[in-house]
Amino acid sequence: MAVADITSPSEEIQETSSPSSGWGRKLLIAIPYIWLLIFFLAPFVIVLKISLSDVILARPPYFPNFDISEGWQGLLAMLQAFDLENYVWLTEDTLYLNSYLSSLRIASISTLLTLAIGYPIAYAMAKAPKEWRATLLMLVILPFWTSFLIRVYAWIGILKKEGFLNYFLLWTGIIDEPLMILNTDTAIYIGIVYSYLPFMVLPLYAVLEKLDISLLEAATDLGCSPLKAFWVITLPLSLSGVWAGCFLVFIPAVGEFVIPDILGGSSTIMIGKTLWVEFFSNRDWPVASAVAILLLLMLILPIILFQKQQEKQAEASQ
Amino acid sequence: MSSNFKSRLTGTMATAIMVACAASAAHAEGTINVYNWSDYIDESVLKDFEAETGIKVNYDVFDSNEVLETKLLAGTTGYDIVVPTGSFLSRQIQAGVFQKLDKDALPNLKNMWSLVSNRTSIYDPGNAYSINYMWGTTGIGYNVEAAAKRLDGKPVDSWEIIFNPEILAKFRDCGIHILDAPTELIPAALNHLGLNPDSHNKADIEKAAALLKTIRPYVQKFHSSEYINALANGDICLAIGWSGDVFQARDRAAEADNGVTINYIIPKEGALMWFDQMAIPTDATNSKEAHMFLDYIMRPDVIAKASNYVVYANGNKASHEHLDQEVLEDSAVYPDEATMEKLYVTTPYAPKIQRIVTRAWTAVKSGQ
Repeated sequence: MAVADITSPSEEIQETSSPSSGWGRKLLIAIPYIWLLIFFLAPFVIVLKISLSDVILARPPYFPNFDISEGWQGLLAMLQAFDLENYVWLTEDTLYLNSYLSSLRIASISTLLTLAIGYPIAYAMAKAPKEWRATLLMLVILPFWTSFLIRVYAWIGILKKEGFLNYFLLWTGIIDEPLMILNTDTAIYIGIVYSYLPFMVLPLYAVLEKLDISLLEAATDLGCSPLKAFWVITLPLSLSGVWAGCFLVFIPAVGEFVIPDILGGSSTIMIGKTLWVEFFSNRDWPVASAVAILLLLMLILPIILFQKQQEKQAEASQ
Repeated sequence: MSSNFKSRLTGTMATAIMVACAASAAHAEGTINVYNWSDYIDESVLKDFEAETGIKVNYDVFDSNEVLETKLLAGTTGYDIVVPTGSFLSRQIQAGVFQKLDKDALPNLKNMWSLVSNRTSIYDPGNAYSINYMWGTTGIGYNVEAAAKRLDGKPVDSWEIIFNPEILAKFRDCGIHILDAPTELIPAALNHLGLNPDSHNKADIEKAAALLKTIRPYVQKFHSSEYINALANGDICLAIGWSGDVFQARDRAAEADNGVTINYIIPKEGALMWFDQMAIPTDATNSKEAHMFLDYIMRPDVIAKASNYVVYANGNKASHEHLDQEVLEDSAVYPDEATMEKLYVTTPYAPKIQRIVTRAWTAVKSGQ
């Protein structure tokens, strides 16, 4: 692609007419497809295959264990054993539906909270004097230099009954009894919002920073109040950043396992945890794979919506 | 079943790492890769072994049987010695995960204790695949002062404290933790109900789950390692835990000199007795060195050193003379005969029953 871009149009026509460079172009275009094939489609097919298998006591603990070396025989055995019983199983116990719904709820609320906190931060950064911006951007990225796990662990120390937060609030006299935040849904929200905030701030900042200030000046000249100017100009123009940020937070938050496991209580069920239990406690790789496939399908829907939105944005800006 | 940080978190990381490098671990000459529970050995034992044999020990730790089992079933772990608990070992042997031990290479087998070997042969017939490393019980750990105040001086000696909601409710304000281990808590509840603790009957398991649900409201957390520090710090006052772990909490509290006294009891109704077994995976590349390590571990003075350090009993009769008196004579570590009679063992669940147990446990924990 890059080669095509730097060549002038006339050269490009010449090049495409010669067969050798045509192959070169195709190869270049193929690279992202090959990438997707190896790192997305192949793992997906493997998980799909396991989700259609049965549990056995062996290594690996599922059957049929179709591998290429068995050739058609192996494929035939696989087809003969084909059934969707692992998927049917998921519909028979409300645990799975509840886990999916609970995950969606927690991810949605967390995303909205992250947006509510991230937008003002990104806005302030974009409005800050130019010489400060690089430093501010650095400050947003800085937490990534520490392990995600350690940062989540640190919240235990802050939120627990004898933690910093309770000490501080008791000391100031705001509360008389220590707050029980750790091991509740509130702790999960705090953990997710904290961990994913940079993913919300960065795309928002990228959009807001490029915003044409002359539009706002024009609005002010025409008698628009700053608040109204924000509503009719800044916000609509930053929507692509809002979408990008929301999906960068929402999608990983749905499948989140570490944060609810460390900060959440045992009464919170999320799909990541349910998947863990299937895989480790029940040793049921096929059902665990079926849960994962359904989760993936569930997340593809918002991604498609996001793509549509992006296309619309692109068309509108042309 | 020891360890301080048996949190599932490490499990998660281990899984991620497992997926990332399932076929890892280089096998240099004169190396063994040992995979044991965290905080389950005196490190000097490993150093002494290296000094004596010249074999380098790569020592790695895990924190739950589930994590170990998933690695073993995925295959090509790169480990030469692993330490599953009996009931898990039994199933793993059936799955063809382990190689038979070459008993000619293990002259120190003569030191082993028939009382333990007889029980471990339930899981590993003839002890063909494994040797016992440590064994212990799943009982009650408690804060002595807090319990005395709440029980009007009556001793803590019965599962009633846990399974009678009226008594348990008295401990709610000071904090109660329970192991996140369904395969141990369901048997404990069954035992309390007067049923066979090793029952694999669906109706029985549901009765046990119903009992556990009645005590759920008073439990602060289901977790398998946090209770050690929580007991020692005085954050909680009651826990169902593993013997050696509670002793570690006791020792930490004593070291901190924070006015907290922790004790561990095997309730009079009996408790689960479990065995952590050392075994060699079929795909181990350093089988000869692994046998040397097992034989070294079975030396009376070596295993005694480890037991003195982790305060778990071992399956080595000859080691008794090398044990610290307070370890050997503590009936909560080495139970007397009367207590031993009441200890029970469990066998692995079939996949369908395992699913019922796991589901019941999820229902107990989440209220769903």
